[in-house]
Amino acid sequence: MGASLTRAAQWTTASSGTGKLEITPINESLLKEILSFVEQFSSRHPQEAKHVFKEPLQWSTTLVASDFKTDYDISGPTVQSQEKDSEGHPLLQLSPPTIFARSFSQLSKLVQLANDKKLKEVRACLEENRDPVVKILGPSFATVLEGEDNFVLRLVDKVKQEDQAADSALKVKLFFLLQHLDNQLLSNSLKKISQEVRLSPAAVKNEVELLKHFCSEGEKRVLKSVRYTSDYEFSNGCRTPPWRQVHGDICYLVIEPCDTETLYITCSTAGVFLNGGIKQEGEENAYERTSEMHKDLVTLLKSRSPHFAENINKQDFAVQEELPSTKKVQHVESVDAEEQGQPQRSYEHQEKNVHERARQQHTPNKPGGKTKLEPSPRWKSPGLMSPYDGTEEKKHRMGSGKEKSGKIQKKMLRSDSKKKADFSVSSSPGRQSSQKTKTPVGVMLAEAFSESSSESEEDEEQPERRPESNTDLPSEYWQIQKLVRYLKRGNQTATVLVLCAMRDFNLVQETCQLAIRDEGGLEVLLNLLDTKEIRCKIGSLKILREISNNSQMRRAIADLCGLQSMVKSLDSLVKDLKALAAETIANVAKFRRARRTIRQYGGIMRLVKLLDIPDLATPTAEQERDVEVARCGVLALWSCSKSTRNKEAIRKAGGIPLLGRLLKLPHENMLIPVVGTLQECASERSCRIAIQTEGMIKDLVKTLSCDNQELQMHCASAIFKCAEDKQTRDLVRQYEGLQPLVLLLNKVDNKQLLAATTGAIWKCSISMENVAKFQEYNVLEILVNLLTGQPEEVLVNVVGALGECAQIPANRAIIRRCGGIQPLVNLLTRTNQALLVNVTKAVGACATEKDNMEIIDRLDGVRLLWSLLKNPNVDVQSSAAWAICPCLENTKDAGEMLFYFVGGLELIVNLLKSTNKEVLASVCAVIAKIAKDEDNLAVITDHGVVPMLAKLTNTTDDRLRRHLAEAIAHCCMWGSNRASFGEAGAVAPLVRYLKSTDSSIHQATAHALLQLSKEPNNCITMHQNGVVKLLLGMMGSADEMFQEAAADCVFNIRRLALANDKASYGYPP
Amino acid sequence: MPEMSALNKKLTQTLAETISKQVKHFNKRETECLIRLCNGLLGDQTVSIHNSLLLLVYLAVFHTFDKDSDGYISVKEWIEGLSVFLRGTLDEKIKYCFAVYDLNSDGYISREEMLQMLNDSMIREPTEEDPDEGIKDLVEITFKRMDYDHDGRLSYADFERAVREENLLLEAFGSCLPDAESTLVFEEQAFKDPPGQ
Repeated sequence: MGASLTRAAQWTTASSGTGKLEITPINESLLKEILSFVEQFSSRHPQEAKHVFKEPLQWSTTLVASDFKTDYDISGPTVQSQEKDSEGHPLLQLSPPTIFARSFSQLSKLVQLANDKKLKEVRACLEENRDPVVKILGPSFATVLEGEDNFVLRLVDKVKQEDQAADSALKVKLFFLLQHLDNQLLSNSLKKISQEVRLSPAAVKNEVELLKHFCSEGEKRVLKSVRYTSDYEFSNGCRTPPWRQVHGDICYLVIEPCDTETLYITCSTAGVFLNGGIKQEGEENAYERTSEMHKDLVTLLKSRSPHFAENINKQDFAVQEELPSTKKVQHVESVDAEEQGQPQRSYEHQEKNVHERARQQHTPNKPGGKTKLEPSPRWKSPGLMSPYDGTEEKKHRMGSGKEKSGKIQKKMLRSDSKKKADFSVSSSPGRQSSQKTKTPVGVMLAEAFSESSSESEEDEEQPERRPESNTDLPSEYWQIQKLVRYLKRGNQTATVLVLCAMRDFNLVQETCQLAIRDEGGLEVLLNLLDTKEIRCKIGSLKILREISNNSQMRRAIADLCGLQSMVKSLDSLVKDLKALAAETIANVAKFRRARRTIRQYGGIMRLVKLLDIPDLATPTAEQERDVEVARCGVLALWSCSKSTRNKEAIRKAGGIPLLGRLLKLPHENMLIPVVGTLQECASERSCRIAIQTEGMIKDLVKTLSCDNQELQMHCASAIFKCAEDKQTRDLVRQYEGLQPLVLLLNKVDNKQLLAATTGAIWKCSISMENVAKFQEYNVLEILVNLLTGQPEEVLVNVVGALGECAQIPANRAIIRRCGGIQPLVNLLTRTNQALLVNVTKAVGACATEKDNMEIIDRLDGVRLLWSLLKNPNVDVQSSAAWAICPCLENTKDAGEMLFYFVGGLELIVNLLKSTNKEVLASVCAVIAKIAKDEDNLAVITDHGVVPMLAKLTNTTDDRLRRHLAEAIAHCCMWGSNRASFGEAGAVAPLVRYLKSTDSSIHQATAHALLQLSKEPNNCITMHQNGVVKLLLGMMGSADEMFQEAAADCVFNIRRLALANDKASYGYPP
Repeated sequence: MPEMSALNKKLTQTLAETISKQVKHFNKRETECLIRLCNGLLGDQTVSIHNSLLLLVYLAVFHTFDKDSDGYISVKEWIEGLSVFLRGTLDEKIKYCFAVYDLNSDGYISREEMLQMLNDSMIREPTEEDPDEGIKDLVEITFKRMDYDHDGRLSYADFERAVREENLLLEAFGSCLPDAESTLVFEEQAFKDPPGQ
């Protein structure tokens, strides 16, 4: 009773003494149990009930004398029991309001008397006798209770010491009864508590396994060691002693980080915290919390170990790197959209999602596996157990798979030892061990860490479609299952025959695939890859190649470590085998985890090696087969190249030049994967350089004129990405690639092709020479026509191209004449951020022409641009702001128009709080334009533009400095702004701008200083900062405006000095 | 074989010259090597040869080598056999395999022959009623697949067509050709030391 009372029961105050038992469900059930124990005690254990307590239990009762009946001597308010001890003292005594009880028999009677006040009495008794065991058995027993380990021995000692007591045996028995009650209470309350846990043992376990994995990774290791203090795990998943479990403690960990001292950590349901240093089980005194509570181990470790924080981020980022290229239309995503563009999921977000995802992945429960392994029902509260039972289930499936295949291996071995010794000998250790390394932890990790985005890029885990009951399955299902069974029993000759027979079925059909998998056929097929039998391997791969078109099979193959075997097969001497292995890899590598596995097992290197075929004009039959092998290799690389790291791996393995060589071959079925791979790789800068330096642009341009649209699309897409570099753009022009691109614009029905083509045109038009060429081909007219009715992938590129072309004045007029302004302005209402960036740029470029501006005005374009300043994307913000500048310049009544933009001016001033330099620069430019109108300047001054601009003056960004100086120059024109700038400390930094190497800054700064110098105090500051010397040097500038500004500024300073002298001395010196 | 006499050497060279003209796939030098290997086999049974040649113990293979059925493999037969073995085209290999599988040399592979060849290819399931059911079933499946003209026996045409459709069926009823790796190793060993140089 001791332990449960002190630990399980919830007291109002933590201090012992006169705490009250709170009214909580746990306490209530505790009390009820103690009550029934006491009630039944005298009937169940009459002997022990008579034992006289060492000390009486005493408490203030609500019972009065009238409640007592026979067996009691009642005299007035006091009551004495007739039952007496050996010395004649009554065993129960009531002197209101206190009651003394000295045996269980009396206690039993008492609660019976108390009727409906039973619980109240028990409660009062427990509240006032915080350590009842001590009172009942004497203090020596209480200490026995504390030390858990060999308490029985000590107990016997104690009893021996108290030898004189004849009732020692009774005492022991009583002790055990109490002990038993104690345990029962504890475990009951444990049940209750564990139902309301917040952090679950499963979650902690997962996390610990994850961390353990980080300990072993050589140079990447982030922790030295992670271990539990106890190896014993209770059925509920906890590793702490039960009396600590009631406090919510799940386990204690000792973690050695690489850079700080060893951490002793308690994982409890409430969270994770450092304890007093629990090294081993049972160190009672170290349980208290010595740090703040963290939500999980990783966050705790992050706060404690900088090394861990840094490296765990790397681990996660490694994963995230592969995130891009997940958009639906992969071929057309522009390079810079990836670099600048869409906010990718932040690390924080991802980390949070890891668990959720892991859970999601497991939720589609496979029928069949589910019923076999049920976690303890105690943990079945919703939301708690999913990850746990998911992995369990997986473990189970893996286990059975292993078992099965193991059996097969043994059988095969047996049969083959008769016939041919080396058949399958090599296989069984191979697969067995590879499966062993893939413990459930491995599975969990692989998924938690790599699969974060695969769903979005390919197939979500589809729910299995299968007929409800077995009777619905077609006969093929059973026939295939039979064949799989033969497969397990046959030697190599039979195996080949069975494989051939299986190939006669329509393996594309899902029923057939399921039949193979359900009967454990995948394991056998993959085992065959590890044998030395080439014909078996070929037969197996022919089947795997077919069924790997199904995403579920792909995942199953990867789960069974099939990719490793396939990668190994790439080393074979047999060409057919290599080709088949590569083709199958190409199919399986449709999701990220598979691609990563291939890379990690050296697959990329081997695949690249397949491409190394001799350059031949007229290949022999044998060499034709080499070409076929190379083709399959490229197919596999194409699949693999969808992951960023693989692109780099392909380049490092020397794949780009080899692809370049294959690019010269005439076969279309070769060129598609080659160009496809190249365009995937081209999203990496290093690969782009390699493509360019290997002279592939010429071949790409040539291939652009083929008559296969898919091939053309990949070519255009490759050019799109490569034309990011100026040299490539020039090469495209030199090899006359611009015209074929323009011709491709006619194929408006193939949207993917159109997106790639317009993308290539956009990037090529960044070079003005190319724009001139495009003008010859009347590209603008075509592009303007594409502004309506196209998907956004196309629109982004079309508008991008128009924006670039509009940098040339003549083109702006052409766009207007073709009716391009209206659709462009209309696009300002879209939400696609990449599109908005391009549209604002195009509109801005067009607005530099007065005639265009009229149209924009009429369409209320400025207001639309202005509203884009509210867009959350900084690129859109800055791009819109830049576009606003020419609008304000060229519109007739800009000032008046702005005045009516409700809240517009406040909005722009507030953007000065942005942290993005580009936004700040663009907003400064807009403010400079706004400030030209006096009324508006007054408004923005009211909005506090002066101190905000002043605050920015310390920047070192030259682009921002220039526009900031301009804005300050214009803002000086109102009221006391000049003085305000001086007071806000804007002058001294501005002087420093003159030391910059950028002359455009000098000019803007000179104007600003000129304006500021009209305020005497500013002149003093300028003078102190040595402005005169700097300005004197600039007066020699070729630009007259600049000269004048510099000179005027010096003049103002000088005049002040003169006036000062005059005031002091009454005459000029 | 350093003890080879000058006469022998001369004879071997002449023989090699003639045979190399009659047998495809081997040039004179290679033929010479193979003759020497053959002589070695005849002269000293303990000459170590690569494993792949152990296939020769298969009687059927022997028969196909021994074209004139005199119970001996002549030097020429030996070299002709090896030419298919090591460098045969698909056609030659189909012919060779068919000959091997046609146990009674009647020009057809019968169900019974097939069953005989595949008899031990699968572990019997003792729990089943008929432990041989599996193998019988497999023979039936394979037979149906390959017997294109449905005459209840596999003719050469059937066999050839099946192999052309699915190359894996070339050695359908038991290994009788060396695999690529063994071939490579054998050729390396046999041709590594050209005689008379």
